[in-house]
Amino acid sequence: MDYFLELFLGGLTRGSIYALIALGYTMVYGIIELINFAHGEIYMIGAFTALIVISVLTLMGMNTVAILVIAGVIAVIYSSAYGYTVEKIAYKPLRNAPRLSALISAIGMSLFLQNYVLLAQTSDFLPFPNLVPDFEFMEPYAHIIGSTEIVILLTTAVVMVLLTFLIKFTTIGKAMRAASQDKTMAMLVGINVNRVISVTFVVGSATAAIGGVLIASHVGMINFYIGFIAGIKAFVAAVLGGIGSIPGAVLGSFILGWTESFATGYVSSDYEDVFAFLFLVLILIFRPSGILGRTEKNKV
Amino acid sequence: MFAFDRIKKALLVSAWFMFLTFPILVIRINPVERIVEWRWINMLLIGVGSFFLSFVWHYFIRRKEMGARRAETGEESEAAPLAQRILKNKKIYRPALVVAGIFALCFPFIFSLYQTNIMISALIYVMLGLGLNIVVGLAGLLDLGYVAFYAVGAYAYALLNYHFGLTFWMVLPIGAGLGALFGILLGFPVLRLRGDYLAIVTLGFGEIIRIILENWNEFSFGPSGISNIPRPSLFGIDLSVHDATIYIYYVMIGLCLLTIFVVNRLQDSRIGRAWIALREDEIACQAMGIDKARTKLTAFALGATWAGMSGVVFAAKTTFVNPASFTIWESIIILCIVVLGGMGSIIGVIAGALVLILMPEYLRAFSEYRMLAFGVVLVVMMVFRPGGLIPNVRRIYTFKGATESGKGG
Repeated sequence: MDYFLELFLGGLTRGSIYALIALGYTMVYGIIELINFAHGEIYMIGAFTALIVISVLTLMGMNTVAILVIAGVIAVIYSSAYGYTVEKIAYKPLRNAPRLSALISAIGMSLFLQNYVLLAQTSDFLPFPNLVPDFEFMEPYAHIIGSTEIVILLTTAVVMVLLTFLIKFTTIGKAMRAASQDKTMAMLVGINVNRVISVTFVVGSATAAIGGVLIASHVGMINFYIGFIAGIKAFVAAVLGGIGSIPGAVLGSFILGWTESFATGYVSSDYEDVFAFLFLVLILIFRPSGILGRTEKNKV
Repeated sequence: MFAFDRIKKALLVSAWFMFLTFPILVIRINPVERIVEWRWINMLLIGVGSFFLSFVWHYFIRRKEMGARRAETGEESEAAPLAQRILKNKKIYRPALVVAGIFALCFPFIFSLYQTNIMISALIYVMLGLGLNIVVGLAGLLDLGYVAFYAVGAYAYALLNYHFGLTFWMVLPIGAGLGALFGILLGFPVLRLRGDYLAIVTLGFGEIIRIILENWNEFSFGPSGISNIPRPSLFGIDLSVHDATIYIYYVMIGLCLLTIFVVNRLQDSRIGRAWIALREDEIACQAMGIDKARTKLTAFALGATWAGMSGVVFAAKTTFVNPASFTIWESIIILCIVVLGGMGSIIGVIAGALVLILMPEYLRAFSEYRMLAFGVVLVVMMVFRPGGLIPNVRRIYTFKGATESGKGG
C-alpha cells in the first residue's frame, strides 16, 4: 500500500510539473493555434537562470530560503522576457502565413535556444542544489513523500488558482478569451490582439519557469536538453486534456503523470518515454479533440 | 528625423538583448569547483551585434511588406530570382549541367578518400532531402519522424546481413520495400490528423523506433549497435576500403540520379498533382474527387522508400549502425535541407543538401555552431523567404487564343 501511495504521489508531482508547462502550450494554442515548440526551451532557460542566480548568490553567502525566492523571481522574469522575444521574432511576422511555416519557425527557434545554452554554458549535466529545507512535521511520512514534493504540489495549486483568477475575472483575461474565440471580432471591439498574444506568451513562460525551477530542485540535475522531452510530454498532456482548454491541460497532465509513475513502478522503466508517445497516438486516433476539448467544425 | 527614430529603436533593441542574454552568456558557473566566471566581452558583442542586426531585420521586414503590398495591388513583382533566370536560359543551363556531371564523375580521382567520404554523406542527404521533399514539399505533410525510415533501412541491412548473410544489392530493394511498408504503417493512424498534430505524432513515431532500437537488446543489440557490416562488393569481388569507397560513391551518384528522375516524373504525374492539390486545400481537393487517404498514404510510402534505401547505403558506408545516428535532430537537419532549398523544388533541395552538409565540413572552426545556425536558418527562411533559396516555379499555362479572341470581342 505504501508503494502504491508513493507512486500515486510521485505521479501527482510529475503531473503538477507537466501541468505548469502544459498551460503555456494550451494558452498559446488557444489564441494563435500554434504549437509553440520553443516552450520547452523557455522552461529549460528558466531552470538555467535559476541555477546561475543561485550559484552567484551562494558565493555571496546569502541564506537559503532567500536565495530560492530570489532565484525563482529572476527565473520567472527572464523566462517571460525570452517568451516575449521569441514571439516577436519568430511568430509575429508569420501571423498570416500558412500554419506549416509558423511551425517550422518554432522548431528552428527550439533548436536555436537549445544550442545557445549549450554553447554559452556547457553540455554536461549540472548539479542543481536542493534548497527546500526538510520540514520537521513531514518526518513520519518521509518514506512516502518528500518536502520538495509538498512544495511542488502547493506551488502548483497556488499558480492554478491565480491563473484561473486572471483568466476569469480580469480585463486582460476577458480579452484573452475573446481573442481565442475570434481574433478578427476581438479586434473589431477594440481589443489590442497583439498585446493579448504577448501577454499570453509572458504568462505561459512564467508558469513554465516556475515548473523549471521546481523540477530542477526535485531532480537535482539540469542540462540544455531537459526542455525538449519535458516539452513534448507537456504537449501530450495538453492534447490529452483537449488543447485550448485550461482545466483540460491540468487533467491531462495528472493522467499522464500517473500513467508514467505506475507504468515505470509496476512494469519497466526502460520504456518510460514511449508511454507518453503511445498515449498521444491513441488519443489522436480515437478522440482527437481530447477529453475536455470541443470538436472543431470545418467550415468551407 | 526618421533615421534618428530608427537609431533610438536600435539602441533599445540592443539594450534589450544585452539584458536578455546577460545571465546565460555573461556568467558561466562551475558548480563543482564553485567558481563563477564573468565574460563581459560577450555582452559587448551582443550589444553591438544586435544594434546592427536590428537595422538589417527592419530593412528586410520592410522589403517583405512592400512586396506583399505590390502583390496585392497586382503590380508586376520583382524580376524572377537570379537562380531561376539561369535555369531557364538553356545557353547557360546545359553547359553547366555537363560541367557538373563531369566534375561529379571525376570527383573521387581528383580529391582524397576523405573528401569522397564527405561527398558520399552529402549525396545520402540529397537523397533523404528529395524523399522528404515528396512528403513535406509536395504533399504538405510535416513529417518529423522521417529519420525512422532511414533507421529501418540501415538496420535492415545490418540485421539481414548478420543473420542471413544477404548482400548489399539484395538488401537495397528490401530496404526500400521496408521503408515503404513502415511509411504506410505510420500513415494509417495519422490520416485524419491536421498539420501540427501530424508533426508531433510523426516525431513520437521516430522517437519510439529509436527507443525500441536502444532497449530491445535481443533484436538490435541495444545502444552498442552492430559493427562489421560489409561494404558492397562488385559482382562478388571484395574490394579494398579505398576501392569500395569509390564504388559506393558511384552507386550513390546512380541512386541520386534515379531519385531525381523518379521524383521529377512523379511531380508531373497524376499522383503528384494530387499531392499538390492536397497541400493547397484539403477540402477543395476532396471535392474534386481525389481520394485523400490513398494520396496521403502514397506520399508517406514513396517518401519513406528513399529513406529506406539511403539507410542501406549509410550502413554499408559506415559499416556500423547504432541508435545514436537516428535521433530527432537528424530529421530536423533533413527538414532544414528541404526548407532552405525550397519546398517542392528538386534543384533547390539538392543545393540545400550540398550547402548544409558540405559547409560545416569545410568550416571546421565553426562546426560547433552548426546546429545553432540550422535553427537560425529555419526561422529566417520562414520569416523572409518561405519559398526557399531556389523556389519551385508553378507551371503557368498561358492561353494565347483566349487573349486574342478577347481583343476581338
